[in-house]
Amino acid sequence: MQDQIRISCSRQNLQQVRDFVRSFLLAAHRSELLVNQVVLAVDEVVANFIIHANGEDANQFLDLLLVLADHHLDIEIEDHGSTIFLPLGKVANPDLRAYIQQGRKGGMGMALVSRIMDQVEFFERNSHTVCHLRKTLAS
Amino acid sequence: MKVTAQPADTTLTLLLDGELDASSAVVLDTELNKPELLHYKRVLIDCQKLSYISSAGLGVFISHLQRLQDAKVKMVFFNMQEKVFNVFEILGLDSLMTIVTTEQEAQTA
Repeated sequence: MQDQIRISCSRQNLQQVRDFVRSFLLAAHRSELLVNQVVLAVDEVVANFIIHANGEDANQFLDLLLVLADHHLDIEIEDHGSTIFLPLGKVANPDLRAYIQQGRKGGMGMALVSRIMDQVEFFERNSHTVCHLRKTLAS
Repeated sequence: MKVTAQPADTTLTLLLDGELDASSAVVLDTELNKPELLHYKRVLIDCQKLSYISSAGLGVFISHLQRLQDAKVKMVFFNMQEKVFNVFEILGLDSLMTIVTTEQEAQTA
């Protein structure tokens, strides 16, 4: 089972991305908690690509591919912009007490992604950034 | 995302309705940034109709928490859906923020 979607780099499209992932996984009869976690992981990566890699340039676009097999879900998000964006390793374990004291808003997204998904990779392909996420599923 | 403010004596309740993401977080940020918020003793966040939260939404709460604490204003979350609470849990924010089950508990937490 697989499906794909292309969106332009506007944060207004995050709702469309979430609806797409949600519908795909609910059709596969996955639990609401799992569905929400995967939706969140995808939302965080896509928001990073839209805001930080593409500066919300609606002329740029992302491709999102979902592939569901028996025991795992693979997600590929390809950024067609020209900036190579490799955010991993920045904030794996954010100090949230410090964030609260500093009144800091950002820096938690990739920590969420890495805690939800079993595999998170960012790599370069044909001068574009690709993010691959994998979640192992109970059968 | 819709935020409805319900003031009552020393308590302000904010009812959140919808999905709180990088696109809609500004709506909540504007509400929490209002100076009059600091005149209340409690700011209660009713999450019954909050169906989704991303790090951008969490970040809005985190960014205002210290300011509220410094002004002796207690921020309490209640009526939170399991899937939303789970997002707080994943980061360990459930132990840094006050989250209770009912509005009655929120009034005394």
